[in-house]
Amino acid sequence: MLLGVGPDGPVQGRRVVITGMGVVSCCGIGLDPFWDGLQKPAPEGEHRVLDFDPTAWFGPKEVRRVDRFAQFSVAAADMALVDAGEIGADPDRSGVVFATGVGGLETLQDQIGVFHEKGPRRVSPFLIPMMMVNAGAAHVSMHAGWHGPCETIATACAAGTHAIAAAARLVSTGRCDVTLGGGAEAAMVGIGLAAFGNMTALSNEGISRPFDARRDGFVCAEGGAALVLEDLDHARRRGARIYAELLGAGSTADAHHITAPAPGGNGAAACMELALADAGVPPTAIGHINAHGTSTPLNDLAEAQAIEKVFGSPAPPVTSIKGVTGHALGGAGALEAVATTLTIDRRLIPPTAGYEQPDPEIHLDVVHGQSRSWDPAPALSNSFGFGGHNGCLVIGPPPS
Amino acid sequence: MPEDASFDKFKACAIDVLQVPADKVVPDARFGDDLDADSLDLVELVMALEEAFDVTVDESELEGIETVGQAYDLISAKL
Repeated sequence: MLLGVGPDGPVQGRRVVITGMGVVSCCGIGLDPFWDGLQKPAPEGEHRVLDFDPTAWFGPKEVRRVDRFAQFSVAAADMALVDAGEIGADPDRSGVVFATGVGGLETLQDQIGVFHEKGPRRVSPFLIPMMMVNAGAAHVSMHAGWHGPCETIATACAAGTHAIAAAARLVSTGRCDVTLGGGAEAAMVGIGLAAFGNMTALSNEGISRPFDARRDGFVCAEGGAALVLEDLDHARRRGARIYAELLGAGSTADAHHITAPAPGGNGAAACMELALADAGVPPTAIGHINAHGTSTPLNDLAEAQAIEKVFGSPAPPVTSIKGVTGHALGGAGALEAVATTLTIDRRLIPPTAGYEQPDPEIHLDVVHGQSRSWDPAPALSNSFGFGGHNGCLVIGPPPS
Repeated sequence: MPEDASFDKFKACAIDVLQVPADKVVPDARFGDDLDADSLDLVELVMALEEAFDVTVDESELEGIETVGQAYDLISAKL
């Protein structure tokens, strides 16, 4: 990861490694259930996290005072911290960057109901602290007891990726020795689903099939994930298990349209190129792409065009876990960063569930049917959000 | 001692809003020290009490109210 460009060229930052991960997803809570879920077809019905029990992380009063998206944030972060073992970092040099798309939409919807039904005097004093998008990051910092930077990134479906990039950058620059980066979303409430439906963004069939010729929209999901990002030397000194190295990240804007991707995926292509440059990795060294792959007609085509533009043909094998997980919006990039890291750690590329019929306009090697074994190499994880926000991470095998 | 139906109703509100065990909601219990309630918790408790007892409590009336007994007296004076 670069700190920037000085008078003598690019300046390398400290190396950042991934030493812990936590996941709350509709296909499993915790790393092993999540990974197993990625090998299977999508769960039936709505993509909610049905077996999530917040009382494992919150007392009875807190459960009512913390919106579900922030509960996911804390649960994922806590699992990541447990997974990382005894970090022993200075709390003042430990930070949090956490993402969400919309924050506490369920709380907002409920309280608007109260406002109309019972009047302003009955609106909960907890509405603001529950709905604000930074509540996830705030609760994570309180849970961890970390006093370093604690910030929120809200770039829609790219937010999780941007948050992990920003969290890694804090370690790379030397401001922090360890950070938690991640994102969460729990916006599957009436008002949110109605709005996405009216945008015609959701699949009519309720099936997520990224890159398939029959794809007709995304499937809304909820969930969250977190990664412990640590200075390589710090991780080595404490004998941490190192899953992977975060090699680089890119961020660009389409500056085109509030919801539609730029034609030909130009913004996305520029973002991938920046991430590769940040990582100091040529396109030929990338062994796998974890695509944004939402299953919408426009996104998947634009992303495929962007991948071809950057990598030529044949491009590295591509997968989209959204065939299983659906689209967890601000949590998606974090779920996919975990999936990409596990893809390296387990030496298997999970299949794109739902993909059966190739789209004649898309010339990608989409891993489907069953997972494919590979020799881990640097991998790219893409996220693109409403608003034209693009985010890419390059994650590589652990340093030898 | 306010061992009557309205204290039971008061107690039910406190248990629900503050998520505390029933035996802790006694007249001498202090909201902050004994029931772990912060200022926002109290706002929510007052809302629940207003609704349950169909009364209105002005913010200025809450000044100096620190115990369950004081709060109950404030409400019952309005019944």
